Amino acid sequence: MSPRAAAAAPVMVHRLMVVDDSNVIRRRIERAHDLPFVEFVGSARNGREALELHARTRPTIVTMDLTMPEMDGIECVERLVARDPDIRILVISALADKATAITALEKGASGFLCKPFTDRQLNDALRKLIQD
Amino acid sequence: MTQEAEVGIFIDSVLGYFDVTVQHTAQCGTPYLAIGRAPEVSDYTAMIRVSGKRHGIVYFTAPRSMLSVMLMRMQETDMSHENLCDLVGEIANTFAGNARRGFGPQFVISVPQVVSGPTTPMDYPPGTHPIVIPIDWRTYKARLVVCLN
Repeated sequence: MSPRAAAAAPVMVHRLMVVDDSNVIRRRIERAHDLPFVEFVGSARNGREALELHARTRPTIVTMDLTMPEMDGIECVERLVARDPDIRILVISALADKATAITALEKGASGFLCKPFTDRQLNDALRKLIQD
Repeated sequence: MTQEAEVGIFIDSVLGYFDVTVQHTAQCGTPYLAIGRAPEVSDYTAMIRVSGKRHGIVYFTAPRSMLSVMLMRMQETDMSHENLCDLVGEIANTFAGNARRGFGPQFVISVPQVVSGPTTPMDYPPGTHPIVIPIDWRTYKARLVVCLN
């Protein structure tokens, strides 16, 4: 592709929703993500709020906690993917066993990042989510 | 798994958390059994209930000053009571969740229950004694208490 054609190519802007029951973690993810063409569209404290926010903002990528009140992350992943099969979901959880990661991926998540995480690990995982 | 190995799983969770989240290593003191009197609690305490193959509780208790400094290290500007409660809950959740590396997926944990100030008596499983893991971070002292049947 010529430089002119590359410059003219449409840029895919990814719309990021953050789901976590911890305000500290939600704010940290909002602050730490530094990828170009990623627009933060909102955050939710549990799966139920995430479904409502998804209906309003139509995010294309999501970070999802698992252990949350009202509706946990696994159920929310399943319901979001049923609504939008193209959505990309990065599960970010303290549940560090392999079986949990496998379950999340089987339900439709695209990646898994274990808490605690560094900013660099977060951005690497988001980058991979977008590129895959 | 021996009790020593189980305690080691939690110590690994603690050390990993401080290294990664606040980039300042914590030290764990010698764990001890609290026999005869309940472990002291600090300004903020978050308790996780454990069910599945094991039953019991895991709680993390820390002074306000320590949690405030941790928030600062995480670039957080909001030092409100709500955010301190949030942080102590997130720490307890991370310690207990990371322990599934050793205990496996049948180690089922609840969402954290957070209290500030002196707490009501903890709901220890009958016939068990809490194991206290002292945590030193910078000049601050916190504790992780594990009580599983």
